[in-house]
Amino acid sequence: MNIIISHASEDPIYIQIVNQIRHSILNGEMKAGDSLPSIRQLAKDLQVSVITTKRVYEELEKEKLIDSVVGKGSFVSGANMEFIREQRMKLLEDKMLEVIRESRDLNMSEEDVINHLKLLFEEEQTS
Amino acid sequence: MNAIEVRNLSKSYSQFSVDNISLDIKKGYITGLIGPNGAGKSTLIKMMLGIVRPSAGSIRMLGAEMPSEEIAIKQSVGIVSDDCFYYEHLSLKDMKKVIAPFYTKWNEAKFNRYMEQFELSPMKKIKELSKGMKIKFALAIALSHEAELLIMDEPTSGLDPVFRRELLDLLAEIMQDERNTILFSTHITTDLDRIADYIAFVNRGKLVFNDVKDDVLDRYAIVKGGQDLLDADIRAKFIGLRETSVGFEGLVDDRKQAQELFGSYAILETPSLEDIMYYTAKGGPIYA
Repeated sequence: MNIIISHASEDPIYIQIVNQIRHSILNGEMKAGDSLPSIRQLAKDLQVSVITTKRVYEELEKEKLIDSVVGKGSFVSGANMEFIREQRMKLLEDKMLEVIRESRDLNMSEEDVINHLKLLFEEEQTS
Repeated sequence: MNAIEVRNLSKSYSQFSVDNISLDIKKGYITGLIGPNGAGKSTLIKMMLGIVRPSAGSIRMLGAEMPSEEIAIKQSVGIVSDDCFYYEHLSLKDMKKVIAPFYTKWNEAKFNRYMEQFELSPMKKIKELSKGMKIKFALAIALSHEAELLIMDEPTSGLDPVFRRELLDLLAEIMQDERNTILFSTHITTDLDRIADYIAFVNRGKLVFNDVKDDVLDRYAIVKGGQDLLDADIRAKFIGLRETSVGFEGLVDDRKQAQELFGSYAILETPSLEDIMYYTAKGGPIYA
């Protein structure tokens, strides 16, 4: 997982970190049970304050995306799979909408797009 | 848990004074003590360390009373200061020989490792050191006796940007152990503030605030706009205001109120600690 923060950004540092970890979890890059760096380690790596990273983990716990176990650290939660799936579906829908808009620009009909998609499915399966 | 508890501390000199300061330094975190030159930062730190005697007030450090339990307390305190406390004519090796026996938990291997890491030659004399090297030597000493409280008075003033960044990593490394506490003072807000959890701001001998850094930056705002937005009531809302013929820029300590007040007519920005320091120190209107 990569986290890149900008000190020139409008968003507070902690929001930037929350967004990126959330993104990594929602897009499946981090899976249930994967461990996150400790609060103090993350603060050191990003050169931010410990209180900032503490807030990040508290926020992610509130969203039920991670669990923290005293003495063991923080892990990607398995409890909220439904929510994660919902969020990932939303991301997928956004991409589909993009495909629809793009196909309109190319003057493709609904049928054209579906046929093309079927073709790609078949290719993906045989490869 | 507090590493340091300062209560109603006062000290007056002819030119300036520290005026009734109460302050808690939280254990397990980094606190940055900021303020302009002559605000009282160094005097405050010197009183904590028992170098300057306060005229009133009390200090508890690591759960014990200063100065009555000073000797025991100092075993667990590492001090890095802009002032050089060392004997100029001694070599680093000889100076270490003088200092080390005072500490029951002196760790020679650790000391040698830091000397190497900081590229300090043991044969060099104190007087031959640059300002940055003196700070590095003080740091090597401070980190070699298992101190749990590191107090640094203006540690970055003589350091080049390269070592300042290295120091950042070094301090973050110390903070991996949550029993450790760091207090540093500075009049230039530098990269060091980046890793500070709390900021204590001293101005004209008084404590302006001691708060979580993220909260401070959330609460304050820089407002920029045209002259036509200002009248006497509005001006009074500013901590400091800089007016010119082409507009104004000012600091407020209630971002929400400013948002309601100015709406989209003015630009609101997150201030830097330097902005907060500048407008608070100047206070009132500034005409440029």
